[in-house]
Amino acid sequence: MSASTETLDNKKIWGGNTSPFGISYGKMMMWFFLVSDAFTFTGFLVAYGYMRHRFEEVWPVAENVFTHFPFMHGDHPLLYVALMTFILIMSSVTMVLAVEAGQRMKRDGVILWMALTIVGGLIFVGSQAWEWGHFIHGTELGALQLADGTIVQWVDEAKNAFMIPGVADAVTGSEAAAMIAQGTEIYGANLTVNEYGVPLFADFFFFITGFHGFHVFSGVVINFIIFVNVLKGTYEKRGHYEMVEKVGLYWHFVDLVWVFVFTFFYLV
Amino acid sequence: MSTHTHHHDNDFLFKYIFSTDHKMIAKQFLLTGTVMGFIGMMMSLFFRIQLGWPGESVPLLETFLGDWAPGGVLAPDKYLALVTIHGTIMVFFLLTAGLSGTFSNLLIPLQIGARDMASGFMNMLSYWFFFLSSVIMLISLFVEGGPASGGWTIYPPLSALPEAIPGSGMGMTLWIASMAVFIVSSLLGSLNYIVTILNLRTKGMSMTRMPLTIWAFFVTAILGVLSFPVLLGAVLLLLFDRSFGTSFYLSDIFIAGKALEVEGGSPILFEHLFWFLGHPEVYIILLPALGITSEVVATNSRKPIFGYRAMIGSILAIGFISVLVWGHHMFVTGMSPFLGAVFTFTTLLVAIPSAVKVFNYLTTLWKGNIKFTPAMLFAIGLVSTFITGGLTGIILGDSALDINVHDTYFVVGHFHIVMGLSGTFGMICGVYHWFPKMFGRMLDKRLGFVHFWLTITSAYGVFFPMHFLGLAGVPRRYYSNTAFPLFENLIDINVTISVFALIGGVAQFIFLYNMIYSIFKGPKAPKNPWLSNTLEWTTPVEHIHGNWPGEIPEVHRWPYDYSKPGSEEDYIPQTVPLGPDEKDEGH
Repeated sequence: MSASTETLDNKKIWGGNTSPFGISYGKMMMWFFLVSDAFTFTGFLVAYGYMRHRFEEVWPVAENVFTHFPFMHGDHPLLYVALMTFILIMSSVTMVLAVEAGQRMKRDGVILWMALTIVGGLIFVGSQAWEWGHFIHGTELGALQLADGTIVQWVDEAKNAFMIPGVADAVTGSEAAAMIAQGTEIYGANLTVNEYGVPLFADFFFFITGFHGFHVFSGVVINFIIFVNVLKGTYEKRGHYEMVEKVGLYWHFVDLVWVFVFTFFYLV
Repeated sequence: MSTHTHHHDNDFLFKYIFSTDHKMIAKQFLLTGTVMGFIGMMMSLFFRIQLGWPGESVPLLETFLGDWAPGGVLAPDKYLALVTIHGTIMVFFLLTAGLSGTFSNLLIPLQIGARDMASGFMNMLSYWFFFLSSVIMLISLFVEGGPASGGWTIYPPLSALPEAIPGSGMGMTLWIASMAVFIVSSLLGSLNYIVTILNLRTKGMSMTRMPLTIWAFFVTAILGVLSFPVLLGAVLLLLFDRSFGTSFYLSDIFIAGKALEVEGGSPILFEHLFWFLGHPEVYIILLPALGITSEVVATNSRKPIFGYRAMIGSILAIGFISVLVWGHHMFVTGMSPFLGAVFTFTTLLVAIPSAVKVFNYLTTLWKGNIKFTPAMLFAIGLVSTFITGGLTGIILGDSALDINVHDTYFVVGHFHIVMGLSGTFGMICGVYHWFPKMFGRMLDKRLGFVHFWLTITSAYGVFFPMHFLGLAGVPRRYYSNTAFPLFENLIDINVTISVFALIGGVAQFIFLYNMIYSIFKGPKAPKNPWLSNTLEWTTPVEHIHGNWPGEIPEVHRWPYDYSKPGSEEDYIPQTVPLGPDEKDEGH
């Protein structure tokens, strides 16, 4: 074998049986799965953007919809969802600490941080359920659905005048009375009616936060399974905590998706 | 890797049914894919009989279809059902899962020098999810109202309103369920293919020493991972519209004079989401076929593939561009002309890497010592259909030219040639070429030739005249092409198409007979029947778990050293070390 071929062999030729990215196949699968899942969420968020753009004029403003805070009276726009978001992001931080403790083979550290991650996840899912509950229940005042399907908001508790979205002046007097007689009062939101405005807002809200909540919930379940394995010392015996790292990737992904959902549904 | 030691009592069950061995899973995919393919083909024959001889009583139809063809005349709603399920089965079950599932599973570990897939268990799950989804799709044929009938693209509102047409009810729900399971199967399979190719290559098998088949499977798997989740998203939203009263896709539609309760949605949204999958899906079908062709053309031309790196580049380019072109399916949806121009531009870009591939095939064949095996004939057939179908693609990809042939038989002719025929030819070509590897026996060559000539003749006989129908304005998906005075004079063309379809259908049974006969009675295959360079031909003819009895072979060269000057044989397997002064073309 000539000298030139030998250098080629040593330097350029693939050694085989290890990854070009230096990671195990399982972790790589997780990465590709996350890319795939990201495309599902992207599809939903793009669909949401498409529809919101079509109904820009009458799309409900999140600050007027999500104003409740547990055990507190009055308006606190987006305060609770901000807290939820903070808790979820903190659970990502504890997940990082669990992974880090795993890399140092500190079982106690992994147990502590994973437990906190699971608690954070549970609080988030619970908060989401609470927020859904409020959204479904709706306001005391409710809204009016006119005969043609348009949803209009009452001006005050007397319920004899209302505002049509996109129109500056309230409808009052006999004109309003006639339309009120033909319309129906609605309270709260579900997949077909939405007192806050166009039903599509509620459709997308339930669908996307629900799909995300399902991811968080599965994340909590998976974290719990891995947590039990950590308690049993499975990974201690295996000699590494890579499983914690893999579920950690999933958990970070779920949190990252929430950042987008939060941005597009609540902030923008 | 799984252990078989503790399954002695259930050897049959774990060897043939719940196998984690990639070679057995490949055979399972081939078997299921073939069964689905024949069902899909029979459906096309049934509705071709209706289109060729509209309204005439053909007792055979009643024999096969029963209630669907009372008195031997296919019922109109069942015609739509057959068209829909034919498309679904051919696109997803035969040419996606059947093609990729069979050959990615068989060839990835064998050609890169791995003992098995990265996760044998996930691979097994992938097959069983595919099997389950096939079963659900077939069950949907027998439910009340019949199977989904709104076309394989399941556009709303026909798919979103359970009461719209007979097939929109239970049949449509099962279609969605089947596809959801199918997507899980595809995801599990694709993840496995990707990481196996990246992580489990043998020593010396660098990315630029991989056979082009592997490159094609690799990019196909990535496309699958990126596009199928969007279809999943689309059908989940559809499911909500159908079952939970949302209106993502439904706007104020009047049915029987009554406006629907729903409002505000947009069916165009579904089209965007669907075609974001739908177009890459075309390349999920085509790329494996093209990869198989590259391998077969080089081997049987006894020449190195022309432009190996250009081939890799064009596979990557096709994969990348394919996710940017979905809008060309929607030129008539009221899309802004500017956007139409953008999609025209990206669509026509695909012609560049496609042309690179075609020219490379032709230059590989050029002055080659061509061995006309049945596999080679089908490979050349693919090159032919890829050209003829691609040319009409230039017309359809142009937003201005597309409009007057949109939704006509011109489109049907185009995509059947470029995607249907190319994909099918690639798959059949693969079966002829790797049959000895899969079953350890040889297929009958003469029957193969008969099969090829009947198939290519009837294939062009069916799809070429469709372009004329389309230019004359005949819309696709109509129950009868000749019911309007305008199209009455086209009956001869329709009869011709149907006759060729029936001939082509019969020809496939020759293939089926050849396969079944040869699995059991064919002559024993030698270890390397086509004198090929790639690693799969260094494994023993009788399958063993782990592929190589001893060490995994080491690779020293690229896979296309055919007729290399200075070598006695006209092929040098990848395992042969480079001689002094010999240069490796792969680097």
